[in-house]
Amino acid sequence: MNEHTYTPQSKFGKWFNDRLPLLSLASHLTDYPTPKNLNYWWTFGGILTFCLLSQIITGLVLAMHYVAHADMAFSSIEHIMRDVNYGWLIRYIHSNGASMFFLAVYIHIFRSLFYGSYKSPREIIWILGMLIYLLMMATAFMGYVLPWGQMSFWGATVITNLFSAIPLIGDSITTWLWGGYAVDNPTLTRFFSLHYFFPFLILGLVILHIWALHVPGNNNPIGIDVKKPSKDTVPFHPYITIKDLFALLIFLIIFSGFIFFAPNILGHSDNYIEANPLVTPKHIVPEWYLLPFYAILRSVPDKLGGVALLFGSIFILMALPWLDSSKVRSSIFRPLNRIFFWIFIVDVLALGYVGAMPAEGLYLLVARVGTAYYFAHFLIILPVLSRIEKTQPLPLSITDPVLTGK
Amino acid sequence: MFKSNKIYIKILLFFFILINSSAGEEIKIPEHDWSFKGITGKFDRSSLQRGYQVYTEVCSSCHSMSLLSYRNLGEKGGPEFSVEQVKAIAANFEVTDGPNNDGEMFTRPGRPSDKFVSPYPNVQAAMAANGGAYPPDMSVLVKARKGGADYIYSVLTGYTEPPTNFELEEGVYYNKYMEGNKIKMSNPLSDDLVSYSDGTKATEAQMAKDVTTFLTWAAEPHLEARHKLGFKVIIFLIILSILVYFSMRRLWSRIDSKE
Repeated sequence: MNEHTYTPQSKFGKWFNDRLPLLSLASHLTDYPTPKNLNYWWTFGGILTFCLLSQIITGLVLAMHYVAHADMAFSSIEHIMRDVNYGWLIRYIHSNGASMFFLAVYIHIFRSLFYGSYKSPREIIWILGMLIYLLMMATAFMGYVLPWGQMSFWGATVITNLFSAIPLIGDSITTWLWGGYAVDNPTLTRFFSLHYFFPFLILGLVILHIWALHVPGNNNPIGIDVKKPSKDTVPFHPYITIKDLFALLIFLIIFSGFIFFAPNILGHSDNYIEANPLVTPKHIVPEWYLLPFYAILRSVPDKLGGVALLFGSIFILMALPWLDSSKVRSSIFRPLNRIFFWIFIVDVLALGYVGAMPAEGLYLLVARVGTAYYFAHFLIILPVLSRIEKTQPLPLSITDPVLTGK
Repeated sequence: MFKSNKIYIKILLFFFILINSSAGEEIKIPEHDWSFKGITGKFDRSSLQRGYQVYTEVCSSCHSMSLLSYRNLGEKGGPEFSVEQVKAIAANFEVTDGPNNDGEMFTRPGRPSDKFVSPYPNVQAAMAANGGAYPPDMSVLVKARKGGADYIYSVLTGYTEPPTNFELEEGVYYNKYMEGNKIKMSNPLSDDLVSYSDGTKATEAQMAKDVTTFLTWAAEPHLEARHKLGFKVIIFLIILSILVYFSMRRLWSRIDSKE
């Protein structure tokens, strides 16, 4: 990837770099040639890195004051909110941070879908990204259990019960997950332990994700390969770093709006009621970012079928690079894919909407149609589309997009 | 390039309005103009103090507030009673402490560091005394109900005569804003139930307003600090992003002019 090999100027620097090439790595990261036509949809990688670090740091502080015990978890959170210095701020950053993390990751994923960033030679980046997304969902779910409110408890009950749908060994797995015969203190303590551990797995996968990215380099809005690095690319630093910083600041303004002026708007009010195994909330709903999958789960009358579709809906994404065989990456030059991309977005949003509603009547119908379409998009539309679509002519290079004669 | 996609966003919006309009009927909670609403929202200090009075004289006979301590009443951003007032308030309560050196539990007058004394020793006792319904702890009640302060105020002022063919069991009351219109708490407020020392007329609506303000503070004691800090943080971020924007433009002008 590097066109020139880096040699440190100082004697010590050279001695050190020969033994541990940290300086070479730093040099690679700053000089990393990046397509110069990246738009703001490409700034979400940096924003996501910020989100992960922010969650880890605020989580570290919260863990110092939180008590993972069924009798004390709820009041320890309130202790953080009331008595710990700026505890309210740290907790609201962390709880809203989870939502902002998902907002950013959804934009990042949809950007990849629109511009075909998952296509060859970037399949491994995409799969690593999907694994990160999967771990994020697990981490967020377990984090939501920790305040031990009503939604924590009943959300945990619903989700862990899914595993009981597995034939033969399902019940044993559920008991093993719970550490008992119901969601209780052992469930809470192990969720806390895993909630602390998973982010570091995510961090490891993020490093691999970036490593894998640095082999072929970034995709770009036009979706064609870099032809002449000297003309088509800019060094990552300072050109991309400052652009990422600007985008991050705008993102932080929105983030702050939630933290300071609407910190509970994305949560469910029932979670400020302490967990009570004897009282079931009227509607059990997960956090907003899991709603589309919740809708898919509930759209099937059979439990095992619902669970199968739920996991299928995530794993099907990993096969995407092979389901969509179109050689053209960017949807700018794929008029049909562009339309189906937006229909797909509407479908996912509609699933999210009905996921928040009771599974009955029109909502259930929308959930079923939406689920069917979700799978049809990947299994029928994309494979057919990529074979029959007449794509528009591609530009010759990133620098001369006008030469297409469009 | 996303310009051509605006039409899709419009279709999307239309779609959501369509399914939203089919949503079932819910009880509409009227919105009120609270002083703590909005980005510069603050609590009305005297309303908080009156609200505390309503809580102690009326609500606290059934509802606990176990997450609060008497010292909170004197803290900044709250009712801001003076140190002496807080000590006097706390001393009014009998607190069980111990065990002492003889292994006996004993009672003593409350101190500011004590948690609010609960009316019942445990949940079961509270339920037994209230016809099987648990009067919820009020510490975070405002945050634990959809509609928040508006909801609490509405329920407090929502007691009316039931419609003619509405059936009510023994010990259940009709309330316009309660889910199912049934509530096990009888109307707790009536005009002049308490006498305010600051001369405010203790109408039912006034007491409901004051106690709702108090409960909102109790659920979110750092609300004022949060609003203040948020204002500063956002102004700072806006200024910084403007500076970064122009630095970015300047840096990229080197690249753009090459073309």
